[in-house]
Amino acid sequence: MLSQFLQFLFSGVTIGATYALAALGFSIIYNASGVINFAQGEFIMLGGMAAALLVAQGVPLPLAVALAVAVVSIVGLLVEKFAIEPAKDAEVVTLIIITIGASLFIRGLVQVFLGKGSHLLPPFSGDTPIGVLGATLLPQSLWALGVTLLIVALLAWFFTRTLQGKAMLATSHNSLAARLVGINTKMILLASFGLSAALGALGGILVAPITNTSYDIGIMLGLKGFVAATLGGLGSGAGAIVGGLLLGIVEAMTAGYVSSSYKDAVAFVLILLVLFFMPRGLFGARVTERV
Amino acid sequence: MSTKYKGLALLIVFLAALPLAMTNPYLYDVAIRIALNAVIVIGLNLLIGYTGQISLGHAGFLGIGAYATGILTTQFSWPPVLALLAGAAAAGALAFAIARPILKLKGHYLAMATLGLGIIISIVITNEIQYTGGPDGISVPPLSLAGLELSGDKSWYAAVSILLVVVTWLALNLIDSPAGRALQAIHGSEVASQVAGVQTTKVKVRIFVVSAIVASFVGSLSAHYVAFITPGLSGFFHSIELVTMVVVGGMASIFGSIVGAVILTTLPQLLSTFEGWETVVFGAILMATMIFLPKGIVPTLAAKFRKGDSQ
Repeated sequence: MLSQFLQFLFSGVTIGATYALAALGFSIIYNASGVINFAQGEFIMLGGMAAALLVAQGVPLPLAVALAVAVVSIVGLLVEKFAIEPAKDAEVVTLIIITIGASLFIRGLVQVFLGKGSHLLPPFSGDTPIGVLGATLLPQSLWALGVTLLIVALLAWFFTRTLQGKAMLATSHNSLAARLVGINTKMILLASFGLSAALGALGGILVAPITNTSYDIGIMLGLKGFVAATLGGLGSGAGAIVGGLLLGIVEAMTAGYVSSSYKDAVAFVLILLVLFFMPRGLFGARVTERV
Repeated sequence: MSTKYKGLALLIVFLAALPLAMTNPYLYDVAIRIALNAVIVIGLNLLIGYTGQISLGHAGFLGIGAYATGILTTQFSWPPVLALLAGAAAAGALAFAIARPILKLKGHYLAMATLGLGIIISIVITNEIQYTGGPDGISVPPLSLAGLELSGDKSWYAAVSILLVVVTWLALNLIDSPAGRALQAIHGSEVASQVAGVQTTKVKVRIFVVSAIVASFVGSLSAHYVAFITPGLSGFFHSIELVTMVVVGGMASIFGSIVGAVILTTLPQLLSTFEGWETVVFGAILMATMIFLPKGIVPTLAAKFRKGDSQ
């Protein structure tokens, strides 16, 4: 009984870590620009695919991970530079469609060059399960959780202790005022895409050994990252992490105890219920519309 | 004659003359699909373009119509018209039930909620295999009323052309009426329109329900026309396609909706020659259109032709 519960909890937390990283990516871009980046899921897919491809070519794992994250960050910068920046003042719907266009473009390219098959990334430190109170825990799950925690700590340090991080926060609070005190908001916007892409790529790499990876996994992962970000309240860092983990756990529990065919629906039922009662998510700031 | 009726007359002449240019069944097929899409997009444009309420889940309502028709006519032997009405009623009832809590939300939160609704509908359709046939889909009998069957390209073309003209005319009248001005006032500023006496919640709920019923209605017709339905037509990507038609053609432009439907229905047909590169090219065109024509094709062109004349 307990062992079964623990088992579901472990798998929930593992996938939840990826959702949390994706949600952080959504929040960082949303804060810098007010854009919801529907290409976030493709960053996750690209990260896993690039790492799997490099490892298959004989590149050592740590180097492959570093290279994959770097490549995906560059893709993130390119998306901002060539798709978002030229359309900066467009309406929300227009921007949403641009990011969807970017995601189709990326997914299409991967499909052309890497095919529709699924790719495997070997686990970082073997696949001998660790027994915990009758449940089994994959070493890769520890990697996913550990790296996510490390990144959260790094981000917290970045946003509260460094000048660049503070400049990013300032831009999210009031872009005009930030420009007045000499912050280059254009660079901040660019950096936010690079950072979000890197976070997405890491999430994709961490989870790839458990779920495998193929050109089309980005759609659902991206949408669930969006759910996680909204669940916590768009733009809230803590909200993104709580939202991601909560979503992962609820999903794993539903798959385990209720029905695995409705597993994917859980995220969307959950977000509808939360939004009905808390229109700005769990941790979203109250805002008053100025008329 | 006002611009509105000039446009409507042009549409009628164009639809009537088009058969002269259509030499094979394939062209008829494309034209019929365009007209069906155009009707949904006009409904959706009333919600997104005029009222300013985004929906990323309208394919879900289309799916309700299509599957109500598919299931009720084959498994319960309902007459097609009754099945169509039942689907429209179900979509309308669902939209009405969910509209109040959903339309309280704004911007990205509304996008999230409507997206979620659409995906839930699509997952239910995919999973309830005993009724919907699951991912394999089900076939649908032809549309018939009192023993008369609608079949053949030419009759379908005539029927959907008339439907498109009627819906265009209704929509053009609506946006010039007090009710239509209320919609546009909400897009401008919700608080300001409340102050001016518009019952914003009621108006938003009503237009959401109308656009859902239109989508369901067309879903039923499409099911009869294509004669085979799969869960994909209710999926996230189809919702996005519909919204893209609205935005590419032109937000808050009825004729823009038709242009958007023409472009995004024919584009995938033209791109099928790119063998494998369709998605890449489609994504690139989507980005380029939105970057260079952020207001959509029809409003941008209209502004070009009538410089100085504020419309």
